[in-house]
Amino acid sequence: MNAVTPIRTAAEQSLISAYAALRAAGAPAPAVEDLRAQGYSRFEASGLPHRRVEEWKYTDLRAMMREAKPLAGAPDASTLLAAKVAVGNIPRIGGSRLVMVDGFYSPELSDTGTMPDGVKVTSLANAIVGRPEIVARLAGSAAAQANAAFALNAAFLTDGLVIEIAPGTDVGHVLDLISITSAGEARLINARVLVLVGEGASAGIVETHVGPAGTDYQKNVALQVVVGNGATLEHGRRQIEGDQALHLATLDADVGAGAHFDTLTLTTGAAVSRSQLFTRFVGENSKATLRGVTMLRGRQHADTSLLMDHAVPHCESKELFKHILDNEAHGVFQGKIIVQPVAQKTDGRMMSQTIMLAEGPAMDNKPELEIFADDVACGHGCTCGELDPDLMFYLKARGIPHGEAEALLVEAFAREAIEDFGEGPLGVVEELREAMLATILDWMRARA
Amino acid sequence: MPAVQETVEQVRSIDVDQYKYGFTTDVEMELAPKGLSEDIVRYISAKKGEPEWMLEWRLDAYRRWLTLREPEWARVHYPKIDFQDLYYYAAPKSNPAPKSLDEIDPAILETYKKLGIPLREQEVLAGVAPENRIAVDAVFDSVSVATTFKDELAKAGVIFCSISEALREHPELVKQYIGSVVPTTDNFYATLNSAVFSDGSFVYVPPGVRCPMELSTYFRINEKNTGQFERTLIIADKGSYVSYLEGCTAPMRDENQLHAAVVELVALEDAEIKYSTVQNWYPGDSEGRGGIYNFVTKRGDCRGARSKISWTQVETGSAITWKYPSCILRGDDSQGEFYSIAVSNGAQQVDSGTKMIHLGKNTRSRIISKGISAGKSQNTYRGLVSAHRRATNAKNFTNCDSLLIGNKCGAHTVPYIESKTASAVFEHEATTSKVSEDQMFYCMQRGLTQEEAIALIVNGFVKDVLQQLPMEFMVEAQKLIAISLEGSVG
Amino acid sequence: MSLLEIKNLTAKLADEDKQILNGLNLTVEKGQVAAIMGPNGSGKSTLSYVLAGREDYDVTDGEALLDGENILELAPDERAAKGLFLAFQYPIEIPGVGQMTFLKAAINAQRKKNGLGEISTPEFIKLVNGKAKELGISQDMLRRSVNVGFSGGEKKRNEILQMSLLAPKLAILDETDSGLDIDALKIVADGVNAMRSPDRAFVVITHYQRLLDYIRPDVVHVMAGGQIVKSGGPELALELEANGYADIVGKAA
Repeated sequence: MNAVTPIRTAAEQSLISAYAALRAAGAPAPAVEDLRAQGYSRFEASGLPHRRVEEWKYTDLRAMMREAKPLAGAPDASTLLAAKVAVGNIPRIGGSRLVMVDGFYSPELSDTGTMPDGVKVTSLANAIVGRPEIVARLAGSAAAQANAAFALNAAFLTDGLVIEIAPGTDVGHVLDLISITSAGEARLINARVLVLVGEGASAGIVETHVGPAGTDYQKNVALQVVVGNGATLEHGRRQIEGDQALHLATLDADVGAGAHFDTLTLTTGAAVSRSQLFTRFVGENSKATLRGVTMLRGRQHADTSLLMDHAVPHCESKELFKHILDNEAHGVFQGKIIVQPVAQKTDGRMMSQTIMLAEGPAMDNKPELEIFADDVACGHGCTCGELDPDLMFYLKARGIPHGEAEALLVEAFAREAIEDFGEGPLGVVEELREAMLATILDWMRARA
Repeated sequence: MPAVQETVEQVRSIDVDQYKYGFTTDVEMELAPKGLSEDIVRYISAKKGEPEWMLEWRLDAYRRWLTLREPEWARVHYPKIDFQDLYYYAAPKSNPAPKSLDEIDPAILETYKKLGIPLREQEVLAGVAPENRIAVDAVFDSVSVATTFKDELAKAGVIFCSISEALREHPELVKQYIGSVVPTTDNFYATLNSAVFSDGSFVYVPPGVRCPMELSTYFRINEKNTGQFERTLIIADKGSYVSYLEGCTAPMRDENQLHAAVVELVALEDAEIKYSTVQNWYPGDSEGRGGIYNFVTKRGDCRGARSKISWTQVETGSAITWKYPSCILRGDDSQGEFYSIAVSNGAQQVDSGTKMIHLGKNTRSRIISKGISAGKSQNTYRGLVSAHRRATNAKNFTNCDSLLIGNKCGAHTVPYIESKTASAVFEHEATTSKVSEDQMFYCMQRGLTQEEAIALIVNGFVKDVLQQLPMEFMVEAQKLIAISLEGSVG
Repeated sequence: MSLLEIKNLTAKLADEDKQILNGLNLTVEKGQVAAIMGPNGSGKSTLSYVLAGREDYDVTDGEALLDGENILELAPDERAAKGLFLAFQYPIEIPGVGQMTFLKAAINAQRKKNGLGEISTPEFIKLVNGKAKELGISQDMLRRSVNVGFSGGEKKRNEILQMSLLAPKLAILDETDSGLDIDALKIVADGVNAMRSPDRAFVVITHYQRLLDYIRPDVVHVMAGGQIVKSGGPELALELEANGYADIVGKAA
């Protein structure tokens, strides 16, 4: 058989040489080198995904990523100083703040002193030393491994964080994780965070992704989560990247027995973004709620692709995603619930809803069910349309101006996905909900 | 509700692997040489006495087909088909183009009688009110053997004949419309069909005419190692209406047989076409031996304003079903509908659904799909609803429900919902569940056996779709569904 | 021979270990109306489900003889064919299945088991209309799907309609009074009373005395902890109404 030499795009060629350079420079540990090699070989085999690859049908990364920016290095002192000022301007959500600058953990900018008992934060490079179980976790689930963005993230694995919550710990307040991109020349930022929630522990984490406007930096991050048996994790995510940015994010979660995982993403930033959620039940009687609100304007493109894997019986998952699209924005939702043959008594409900505020946007939905067990109750719904003209008329007839009426209805629409987030033990989640609703209102106000 | 009782009776009287229509007819056939080549395409065209342009059209399709690859995106698995190991043309030797029923081989007449399809008009007429009459085009392997009520239909201006005859008698109409909905370049199987199609039905309903009776085509595969490639073309001119039904069966054979049809519908301004299918090709045995590979391209073009195309399908047969009857809603205010029941049992694989392409303003579509999987079967709904920029105020409602019977089967839903218009309103809902134990217990407490209870509950599940079928086929379809589910519980 | 004889019946939910029926003994004679009363969780509904053959329960010991034959190994439809009827506490909705379709299927299933041909449509319609009228069931209800969109009271009346059409030997009424207002209660009770006969017995499971004002029982059994703990005449029900279950149940425990 003749070997086929694939034609590489400029971006692919840059990524190939970036990897070569990284490899020549050496890895922080041999384990990292192996992980990188695995990720790279997957990337090398298939290149950047394009629209002929079913999972990337609506987000043609090969076309959208014309060039690959140079890999970001560790921030220097002046970069850190600038980042400190920028981070200071972001209102706190809950408790201890952890900061990553250009993908590198910065203890200087983080509240290392006030970390609650039972919470251990280590930079990824340090965490893997002598700990093969951490290395094994970093390899990712089968679904993540097969994914192009995750493979690239692995190929360039350098730093990040490992957050360990000891069994039985009630963190009681949220970890406020900021991932900031510094100003200056556009680069490719790569970071990995691993969160291990021990048995019976409960914790809340909020990620905020920010970066400078007007520069087309690229960011490819992965968050891996292991929710132990009987544990609870509530995870909030704000993607408010700069307007020219490319943002790829993978969430790879394993949910143990009797556990509860709740995740909420608010997307308003980046020119092109894709949020991937791979969630898998590995123990029975667990519950997962995946939700998100995406608000896009201009020519923004945002893709939410999720895979909910019911691999064991007696679990319940709920997926609720809301999209609000203006101008010529493009929203994508791909959701797949898999119920494996053994996963009897599964309950899975998925809903994707879209409101278009102008004539120009486009929304592509692909809500899938793949069911191999019979004793299940699964469903999905999908709606798409403009704001209900009857409701608009009613509000206007009561004297509410057009713009305000729209804002009211949009807020109500988005609120549904946010409202009952964090029903667990984490009271401070209230702050996150408020912050997100404020963002939504600001976004609506900025339209006018 | 005699249907359920009758159904259950019937279910009881047959074995799992028995298929009522599985007999073979012993008729001397004329076969084209095995395999596919330009010569075979020429052979078929010559057999049909086609005009030169049609041969060129076929050859174009054939050359195109050589460059295509079999699609692999559907959730169906089967050994690679050897396209050179098939016969592409099989016609009864006695008289491939009978002028009247008396010229047809009596064995063939007997076959249709056994299938419950009377071809003698006087037999149909006995005791049937004129409005309940059904005109039938009977296709046996590669050729149409008879078309009933042609004269009566002609009085109303309706042309109903085999497509071979249409090519001879009405070449200008065929030339204008064939390939205008499903182009020869469309997909692997449609392209293959374009090259080698042997027969099928042709309908033209002139402006303002409401077709005076139901039209139907009955497809029968008889010969072994023969592919059936029929092509159906229905044109409803301005303001006309036609209701058409197709049925299909095949003998039980251990090897798989290929059926790759193309159906094109064209509805001009204010016209309406209602197309119903009761597909009961041989499904293979419970272990997956034999059965028809059913790769079908069906598409309707609502070309005129306010036109309407409605697809109703009851799919119980075939080892593999790959079909997506679709509507292109081109005309403003046009409407498309898709009502489907897909039952899979044994080792059957179904990948079926629809596409509703909203191009015109104020276009509306509705999709109701009911999938029932039993045995070791896999049943997938795959569908696309899209609204283009111009399709302001488009509306779609989709409901697709799946029911699982037993824990070895699978039910999958893969919808694509794409909107480029804010004023388009799309609503989609899908559920998957099993036959409720509570419902089963309730029925059985009232004295129904397990099989009766399943039949009753399933009939309730599919009722919305059954109601879309012409009355006389509703009961038939109801029975068919229950028979297909025979052996699914136990 | 007694119509129903339950000996040492022990049962539990199939996927749990806890026994719900604990060696229950009960005899019901032909022509009798036997009331079974007891506090929540005493196992009353379980008894009705186990007798009717619901799959979620495992019988771990004992037997239940209907006309001398142990029915516990039979499928639910075979028990129904032997003349056992359960009026459900929560009647099940079956979307898409017409009420008339369902009734006819049930009647014909019974007729077939008795070696009779199918009921003719006119005969069937006459039969149903007659009974429906007595029970205040409207034509509209008969046209709908089984129990779909019915109010609680309508569902209960529908159960009684089915009972009168199927004319069972033994009818078990599981909390048929719950969710009924006083007028509906009277209609239901009238329906039951009209069917009382020397060949037929009723087991009326209820929480309250109220229903027994309208359906006078011959005997009253009190159930607790999965057993019959006390039996007596109609006066026992009045005593329970006045003093509550604590006395009797306490003593038994």
